[in-house]
Amino acid sequence: MKDFISNINKVFESRVRLGIMSVLMVNETYDFNSLKETLDVTDGNLASHLKALEQKGMIRVNKQFIGRKPNTSYSATETGTAEFRQHLKALENLIQEQ
Amino acid sequence: MKNDSKSIEDIKAIRKIMEESSRFLSLSGLSGIYAGVTAIAGALVAYFFILNSGSIKEPLAIRWQLIADASIVLVLSVLFSLYFSLKKARRDGKNVLTPISKRLLLNLMIPLATGGIFVIMLLIHNYIQLIVPCFLIFYGLALVNAGKFTFGEVYYLGVLEIITGLVSAFVPGRDLLFWIIGFGILHIIYGLLLYRKYEV
Repeated sequence: MKDFISNINKVFESRVRLGIMSVLMVNETYDFNSLKETLDVTDGNLASHLKALEQKGMIRVNKQFIGRKPNTSYSATETGTAEFRQHLKALENLIQEQ
Repeated sequence: MKNDSKSIEDIKAIRKIMEESSRFLSLSGLSGIYAGVTAIAGALVAYFFILNSGSIKEPLAIRWQLIADASIVLVLSVLFSLYFSLKKARRDGKNVLTPISKRLLLNLMIPLATGGIFVIMLLIHNYIQLIVPCFLIFYGLALVNAGKFTFGEVYYLGVLEIITGLVSAFVPGRDLLFWIIGFGILHIIYGLLLYRKYEV
C-alpha cells in the first residue's frame, strides 16, 4: 500500500497537468491553442502548468513559425511518458485496493 | 477514503481527454445515411436515364453522363458529411478544426486522391470495367487509414468496402450492383449503426 502512494507523482497533482499529459500521451505533438481548447483553461493557467512540466523534464517545447505567426507545440519526453504511466498505474492500484 | 473518489475522478478525466484529443468524434451517422441514399439515387439515374433511356446514344455521351452523375453523387456526399459534422460539433460545443481532424483529413485524402488520379488514368486508357472496383478499393483503404482517428466503425466500413471492391473486380458487368452495395447499402447500415450508438 505504501508503495502505491509513493508512486503517486506530485508533479501531476493538478487537473490541468493531468490533462496536458493525457493529451500528449496519445498525440505526438499538440499546439498551445488546441490544448487550451481541449482542456478549457485560460492562457495564463495553461502556460504556468506547461512551464512547470517543462522544468521537471516531463514535456518538450517546440517553438516554430508558421508563416509569420509563432506556433508553440508540446510533446511528452521519454521521462514524462514513463512517469505518467507509473502515476496512472498508482492511481488505478489505489482504487483497486479499496 | 477521500483520496479514492478523487483518483477515480482523475482516471475518468484522463480517459475522456485521451479519447477526445486522439479521435474526431463529431462525425455523424446521418452523413452515412444520406451518402448511401444519394449513391443509390445516382445508380438509379444511371440505370434508367443514362444506360436504358430508350434512345440510342453515342458511347462517349453515355460516358460523360455517367461521369457527371458520379461526380454529383460524390460532391453531395461530401457536402452532407461536412454539414452534419459541423452541426454535431456545434451542438456539442466543439471545434471542428482540431489537430486531430486535420490528421484525419490528411490520412483520408492520401489514398483517396491516389485513387482519384488512378481512376482518371483508367478512364484515359479505357479500362472502364476496373473503375468501380478501384473506387471501392481506394475508398476502403482511405477509410481504414482514417479509422484510427475517429470511431472504430469507420475502420470496419473500410474493410467491407475493400472486400466489395475486390469481389466486384472478379465479377465483370455488375458495376451498378456493386456501386449500390458499396456506396449505398454499406453506407446506410454504417450510418444507422453510428447514429443509434452515439446520437440517440
